[in-house]
Amino acid sequence: MKTTAARLSALYLLLFGACAVVLVVYMTSISSRIIAAQTRETIQEEMHGLGRAYERGGLPRLVRVMEQRARQPGANLYLIADPNGRILAGNVESLQPGILEIEGWTLRPFAYKRYGEPGLVRPPADNGAGAEADGDLHHTAMALVLRLPNGMILLVGRDLREPERFRDVVQRALILTLLIMGLGAFLIWYFVGRAALRRIDSISVASRRIMGGDLSGRLPVSGAGDEFDRLSENLNAMLTRIAALNEGLKQVSDNIAHDLKTPLARLRSRAETALAGRKKPAELRTALEATIAESDQLIRTFNAILMISRLEAGYSAESLAATDLAEIIGDVAELYEPVAEEAGVALETRMSGATKITGNRELLAQALSNIVDNAIKYSSGHAEKPRVLVTLEKSGGEVRVAVSDNGPGIPAEDHRRATERFVRLEASRSQPGSGLGLSLAKAVMTFHRGRLELADAGPGLEVAMIFPVREAAR
Amino acid sequence: MKILLIEDDREAADYLEKALTEAGHTAHVAGDGETGFTLADGGEYDVLIVDRMLPRRDGLSVIAGLRARGTRTPVLILSALGEVDDRVTGLRAGGDDYLTKPFAFSELLARIEVLNRRAGTSDVETVYRAGDLELDRLSHTVRRAGREIGLQPREFRLLEYLMRHAGQVVTRTMLLENVWDYHFDPQTNVIDVHVSRLRGKIEKGFDKPLLHTIRGAGYMLKAG
Repeated sequence: MKTTAARLSALYLLLFGACAVVLVVYMTSISSRIIAAQTRETIQEEMHGLGRAYERGGLPRLVRVMEQRARQPGANLYLIADPNGRILAGNVESLQPGILEIEGWTLRPFAYKRYGEPGLVRPPADNGAGAEADGDLHHTAMALVLRLPNGMILLVGRDLREPERFRDVVQRALILTLLIMGLGAFLIWYFVGRAALRRIDSISVASRRIMGGDLSGRLPVSGAGDEFDRLSENLNAMLTRIAALNEGLKQVSDNIAHDLKTPLARLRSRAETALAGRKKPAELRTALEATIAESDQLIRTFNAILMISRLEAGYSAESLAATDLAEIIGDVAELYEPVAEEAGVALETRMSGATKITGNRELLAQALSNIVDNAIKYSSGHAEKPRVLVTLEKSGGEVRVAVSDNGPGIPAEDHRRATERFVRLEASRSQPGSGLGLSLAKAVMTFHRGRLELADAGPGLEVAMIFPVREAAR
Repeated sequence: MKILLIEDDREAADYLEKALTEAGHTAHVAGDGETGFTLADGGEYDVLIVDRMLPRRDGLSVIAGLRARGTRTPVLILSALGEVDDRVTGLRAGGDDYLTKPFAFSELLARIEVLNRRAGTSDVETVYRAGDLELDRLSHTVRRAGREIGLQPREFRLLEYLMRHAGQVVTRTMLLENVWDYHFDPQTNVIDVHVSRLRGKIEKGFDKPLLHTIRGAGYMLKAG
């Protein structure tokens, strides 16, 4: 399986296994070492006791004490042999050869056979020689061998069956635990990990389908509210946004196709008509002038598009300086005053003193003049007493430049759409204009970290340029 | 007028050269910045028209270089870069005026003629005259045939600009730039309305028109 989860699982399994082996080896070795130390201690004590008995009463006393002790049930081994290694007393019947020859601790556990132990007496060994290989020496033990001054050999040992069993039990328990843990891990990986993998897979399948062009597709959400759901939800929200942007882009390109192609086609046919047939110089001149006027309008539209794109791409922040909004309103009002008068529109301004913000004077004036231009255009002829009011006010941490007219207004549901590029609210697109005025104003406001808001002026439309107060300084 | 055109676009240069010659000027073309610099360095031209993006040497560097060598010939910068920032950069480099591509030839012509005149006339003059119209910059008064005409401050500045360039074509853009100090493109032709209002004030009750509309270009103040 070529998945991260499988690779990680394999890696964990390897690490886990190695740890398990180390743990088992360590635990067993440490427990057998502890047991060995304890065994040695016990043997040492026994030896001390017997040694004292020998000192007090010589060999007879030693044998007596030993016989006494050997009768008690237990794991202890006692043995006295003559210098030749023949067993004289004790509870050991036979043992691995060679043990008695070396004085001191036996180097490693050895095999032996206890006296008269039922079930253990198999075919009688001939003094232990070669018996180990036959397997009839059933016990292992470790022992301390001492040569007495009279040449006799004394052996005190301890059976290792119990410690060995204990060690085995520990080992088995550990291995079993580790096996159970491993199995659990595997099961968890299989059910949980596989489930997660399946969800990742389903997300990747869905995203591949979406990449294939089906932008309406969405990633699966299981409803568990976990990370995967959150991931899917976020990606879905992103997709919705992309789809909306895509839709907007498509609309813009449709509009561009209409708004730029129509004048281009007109331009072309005008030139063609002028060339066709015999025209008087005056007619040709008129045609050429119309052509120039048309191309000027095209250039204007193009400039506006470029400007909006540049503003949206960030423009240069260097172009910002302390700018007086009141002064700009004054300039624009003064610029448009004769136009308003000619259109029979009363253009008024209402503001209180200078209001400085950090901004670009040219851009702000252009945005405001677009808005004022619109307001004059739409109020003229629509109202009994057409009026355009420009106000400047500071309130609630905002500076607000509002232009309101008493024209027909825009239905509230179209407010957002009105600031979109190339959007003109009448479907026929017969009114003059590029449909870029408000979108340019919006781009200018976004560039100034402010916003453009449309509202119902009842009757008419109010377009407000709103600047955050942190931008405004007295 | 002797004009040096530093422009690398062969077609545009040919067209401009021809149009300028037809307008009665002498035009020379330099195809790159280096040649342009060498030609202009002599100071024998009345006006330089410089494209910003040029091979071998950038337009702005040509202008800065000329200014550094003391050449005072008025320069009109031509560029496809038309943002406010670009204008500021261009004018700081030593340009006297800035025109964005694409442009109307009439606009270019009006601008270079104004540039050329400015080099000759001084701003010390306090009274401008055109026929029987008289504008006094110090007392802020306008009289025609001895009769005082009341003008709004902006109308006064508009007339002042037109009178300073009397006999020359002045375009709408030039008026917006010089009288209002804005460089954007108003949607409606607001300047026309201002001019026609001014015209009403200075011509009403008088026989001779002074303010002439030049079709496809702009306006000209001219007596007779």
